[in-house]
Amino acid sequence: MGSLFSQIVTVTAMNIRSLPRRLWMSLAMVLASAVVVAVLLAFLAMAKGFEATMEGAGSDRVAILMREGAAAELNSVLTREQVNLVAESAGIARDAQGPLISPELYVIVDGIKKASGTEANIPLRGLNAKGMAMRENMHLLEGRMFTPGTNEMIVGAGVLREFDGFEIGKEVRFGKNVWTVVGIFSTGGNVFESELWADAAMVQAHYNRGSSYQTIRVQLQTPGDLAPLRETIEREPRLNLDIQTERDYFANQGEQLRYMAIFGRVISFVMALGALAGALNTMYTSVADRAKEIATLRALGFGNFSAFCGTVAEALVLAAAGGLLGSLAAFLFFDGLSTSTLGGSFTQVVFSFEVSPDLFMQGAALALFIGFVSGFFPAWRAARVPVVVAFRNGA
Amino acid sequence: MPQDVLFQLKGVSKCFVKGKEKITIFEDLDLTINRGDFIAIMGPSGSGKTTLLNMLGGVDQPSAGEIWFDGARVDNLSEGALTRWRARNIGFIFQFYNLMPMLNAARNVELPLLLTKLSRAQRKKHVETALALVGLSDRAKHMPGEMSGGQQQRVAIARAIVSDPQLLLCDEPTGDLDRTTADEVLEMLQLLNREHGKTIVMVTHDPAAAKYAKQTLHLDKGKFVQRELVA
Ligand SMILES: Nc1ncnc2c1ncn2[C@@H]1O[C@H](COP(=O)(O)OP(=O)(O)O)[C@@H](O)[C@H]1O
Ligand SMILES: [Mg+2]
Repeated sequence: MGSLFSQIVTVTAMNIRSLPRRLWMSLAMVLASAVVVAVLLAFLAMAKGFEATMEGAGSDRVAILMREGAAAELNSVLTREQVNLVAESAGIARDAQGPLISPELYVIVDGIKKASGTEANIPLRGLNAKGMAMRENMHLLEGRMFTPGTNEMIVGAGVLREFDGFEIGKEVRFGKNVWTVVGIFSTGGNVFESELWADAAMVQAHYNRGSSYQTIRVQLQTPGDLAPLRETIEREPRLNLDIQTERDYFANQGEQLRYMAIFGRVISFVMALGALAGALNTMYTSVADRAKEIATLRALGFGNFSAFCGTVAEALVLAAAGGLLGSLAAFLFFDGLSTSTLGGSFTQVVFSFEVSPDLFMQGAALALFIGFVSGFFPAWRAARVPVVVAFRNGA
Repeated sequence: MPQDVLFQLKGVSKCFVKGKEKITIFEDLDLTINRGDFIAIMGPSGSGKTTLLNMLGGVDQPSAGEIWFDGARVDNLSEGALTRWRARNIGFIFQFYNLMPMLNAARNVELPLLLTKLSRAQRKKHVETALALVGLSDRAKHMPGEMSGGQQQRVAIARAIVSDPQLLLCDEPTGDLDRTTADEVLEMLQLLNREHGKTIVMVTHDPAAAKYAKQTLHLDKGKFVQRELVA
């Protein structure tokens, strides 16, 4: 029936045009859905940004070796002898100078956060040129590489962004040691950008590590193939080490932070229930406000389906407007916003929020959910408004 | 001369249940309305005039009895069928006009036509004709809030007749208007009855308004107590 469509269009247009009569309630509903959508997007964008930071860091071509049972780099200790034994193993890629192996140190220093002015932990990594080459997207943004054997360091772009006093040429004091910043590096936005890098031998000296290290990174001959190294470790009793690919390592580190996405969904769902209660109230008020008009249309011969659809459409329009507003706010406030959080290894991981199109879809879905549910039940009532209401006295 | 029967109430009762109390408004009411009638229904407030009109319009159901329209029973139709029947045969005119405040006069008059298969151009023509009949061609674009009560009621009359129904049901159509304006509206109803053959049932408590009708029924305590014919 072609006329059903024009009935619905007319009723919907009338409802929308009558919104100014219910201005504040309608605005409250728009705002409530906006807030819910913005909160959802903020959490998802945070989780997404963190995930990207963690994922980008892990390479399948690099294996990381730590002392058995040390879940994180910070807790591991390795001797020079163990490093030498690993270097002789099969399965490691080589260049003209020998196996691609990077024994590294990983210590915690303090920095002052720009945003809050409070102290926070930053990892200081001691490594060699081969280790730097293993970070695939590593390049200098500014300045130059540190000179081995000196108190020079290069600073990750994330650290520069979030912490005070790491500009090129600045002298930085950690305890009794003074380091000079000579370069700023990027690793394409991943977790290594939250670190300070210096010569491994200098870190050993300043932190009384003797000849010990904390982790070994090796470039694998065949990406993902840990078997030859595993065999070496099993055969050699002095090598009580855990080995995993770098990708797996960071995936595990990022795991607990992935709960953020779940947490965000739970929070915004609970908030959505609150918004829903308000929206239902708005829509029931709308139906009561329009009861005489609805009844009059029914007296003229309009079906109750158009009253139903018009009410659902009104709710969808309000919630969608809120969803749009919330998405826009989330995008303006959060997209690219750089922040840092306690990483798995008790250090600050600097990462950016990412408000991506698929997140907008999730926000839109939530808004439409609020709109549909808050419209459905009042619409049911609208469809049941008795026609005699049109004849009740009083305007 | 044999009368052409349009509407018939046969033994109609209507009662409401309010809490434990059962209020009977009519008991065993009979009424015959012929094609071309212009009937005024008078009676004290609360005597059931609106309820009677609602039952005629298929808006309210009788508790017992039968309602026949044009040779067919209508009181037992389904809600959907009753709605379609109403759209085809009945035009309503309300005391407070019941115009849609967000729509201009022409769009208000167009509403019943949205239920037909008429094209947009045809609808526009019908709306223009109806507005011309009530003398409001120059107000087509005005919103209800920009018009006087009398003008709004004339828009409502145009809306009631635009789809050319046989029967107009009016509930206190002049109840909210001053004398002069009321007379204009009543003359218009008279014209629709005489020149356009509309059957009209009008509820009013105003004896001056009832004088425009061809006959007046007095409703009291659930019965028609008196039937006057105007020459
Ligand atoms: N839905 C209803 N429920 C209960 N009582 C009603 C209802 N509608 C009308 N009545 C009662 O029926 C009586 C007749 O009402 P009504 O038809 O509006 O009278 P009138 O139009 O003559 O003033 C009144 O006493 C009114 O209170
Ligand atoms: Mg009444």
